Amino acid sequence: MIGRWKRRAVRLPVQDRRKRQVVTPEGVPLPFTIGARGARALALLIDQVLIVATMAGISYLLFTLARAIDLKANAGGGAVGQTVVVLWIVAMFLFRHIWFLYFELGPRGATPGKRALGLRVAARDGGRLTTEAVVARNILRDIELTLPIIFVTSTLIQGEDATFVAWAGAAWFLIFAFFPCFNRDALRAGDVVAGTWVVEAGRDRLKAALSVAGGALGESALTQTRYEFGEAELSVYGEYELQVLERVLREDREEAMVDVAQAICAKIGWNSGRGDERAFLEAYYTQLRARLERGMRFGRRKADKFS
Amino acid sequence: MIARWFGKNAGQEAAVEAAALRSDRFRQAREGDWQRLDAIVTRIEGGRLRKLSDEDLVALPALYRTAVSSLAIARETSLDAALIAYLEGLARRAWFAVYGPREGLGAWLRRFFLGGWSAAVRAMGIDLVIALAVMVLGTVVGWLLVSGNPDWYYSLMAGGSDDVRVPGASRAVLLHTLFGQQDQNGLSMFAAYLFSNNAQVSLIAFALGFAFGVPSVLLLIHNTAGLGALLWLYHGQGLTLELVGWLAIHGTTELFAILLAGAAGLHIGRAMAFPGEQPVLTAAAVAGRRAAQVMVGVVLMLVLAALLEGFGRQLIDATYARLIIGGTMLALWNAYFFAYRPARVRVAG
Repeated sequence: MIGRWKRRAVRLPVQDRRKRQVVTPEGVPLPFTIGARGARALALLIDQVLIVATMAGISYLLFTLARAIDLKANAGGGAVGQTVVVLWIVAMFLFRHIWFLYFELGPRGATPGKRALGLRVAARDGGRLTTEAVVARNILRDIELTLPIIFVTSTLIQGEDATFVAWAGAAWFLIFAFFPCFNRDALRAGDVVAGTWVVEAGRDRLKAALSVAGGALGESALTQTRYEFGEAELSVYGEYELQVLERVLREDREEAMVDVAQAICAKIGWNSGRGDERAFLEAYYTQLRARLERGMRFGRRKADKFS
Repeated sequence: MIARWFGKNAGQEAAVEAAALRSDRFRQAREGDWQRLDAIVTRIEGGRLRKLSDEDLVALPALYRTAVSSLAIARETSLDAALIAYLEGLARRAWFAVYGPREGLGAWLRRFFLGGWSAAVRAMGIDLVIALAVMVLGTVVGWLLVSGNPDWYYSLMAGGSDDVRVPGASRAVLLHTLFGQQDQNGLSMFAAYLFSNNAQVSLIAFALGFAFGVPSVLLLIHNTAGLGALLWLYHGQGLTLELVGWLAIHGTTELFAILLAGAAGLHIGRAMAFPGEQPVLTAAAVAGRRAAQVMVGVVLMLVLAALLEGFGRQLIDATYARLIIGGTMLALWNAYFFAYRPARVRVAG
């Protein structure tokens, strides 16, 4: 019966393929999940939209300002206007870079787009993410993305006999754009050069311990029955089954709990009444865990019911 | 039940007492530290760094280490999957906070200008020499090609059809391209140049370093060959010094920037071709971080060069003044990169 949940448990092969272990400088392996390529593309899109919107907003302000100044200083108006436009060009040129650097170097460590999709930049070797690495991966973005686009559009605007150059630019763009699809860790060229990768930065809340909940102490609140299991009854299952049991208890779905309780009863030759499955399972979970953890302390581990 | 009589604190203790499992007692004893770390990290993630008390900031690394060691212990002693998942998540988030970038953009820029940039440039030593040699070679090759057969000029200088700078042009025509452009709109020149040729060339020269540096070299040769051809053309009409002045006012900065970009590309290419004892990706990463610093500087140099070209050259119409400005810039850059060595700066990468 438990075999049925086994199949449900190994349902996430794509998720698993993105799992990585990184050893922290303290020597403890931490699990990381590589950010999905689609999520990263979407994060980039969000950032670009925000950048364009901010640039448009600032430009509008500058333009209004310049016009107001122009009206008053009619003699040197042209020069003032020109200076404003020059400053504008430089500012816009630098703005894209500053956007990514400012946010990725800030305390949040991610641009608004990445934050929205729960992504973060991290060092591949588990060590410190250096400022130089962040700078490197963002400089490369210009070469991967902006440059070929400017290249193609400018040659297309110039017209005539530009087709070859435009195609070369497009090929350049495609090579870099699909670079993350051709390596296991979804690195783009900037990540390769900087020694970084983009990982998921999810957060979980600490869930209550099941082994201190209602029926965990062995007594059912409903029927006042005491569930005590003997060595023989606890030794049939291993850690894998314990984890399945934990998941079932946390999901707290009535029919699943009935199924599991019946499966366990059949296995250990018990006959518990219906309606009190949760208390039964909590008691069994706690006592099974106590037994397995005792074994762990003595260096004996039991992976599953077959071992 | 008992918890209600004794209040919360006593209740917690009672819970610890009552916990059936040793791993649960372990968890309950440390949960306070985890929750505190969680709260600190949550505030950091929210960008509310200023609201953190000094106490919390000081405690962060210690709390992080506690959480990491709790995780290591829990993996060996506890079978509470939810607890281990939580600790892994908490340790990961705290790791981001503890091992994240230590300085913001402002602090990095300060360090960059006060020595980081020049240190990165110096660290590329041999690549600078190679790139300089390649550029000189390119200029000579361009000159020789065009003097051998003037038709080469058209393939080296891809100018528009209205460009008057062609072989056979008269001295007056050529002279006119060098002086007397004050009435032109400096702005449009500026914008055109800023985003044209040079910024792109240098970025591409850098980017192509990936292919073991070979394209970087070819690109440097191609671009300096055009320079050689131009020199030949003006030399033929006895205008060498005037052309050099016309080029030097911004060219010392611009060609220096292109030199740095080509060297940065070579630096990455060389690290990938000859990684030594490191894995290729590690070698590329180390070289890439150093080269990227240099490239930040290159972009800034090119902005400056465009300003000099767009405004300076149009406003200053005398060869000597142009030469003085160009020479001063060159001396300044050399002093900044090679003579300026603050002791405190560590070499990046």
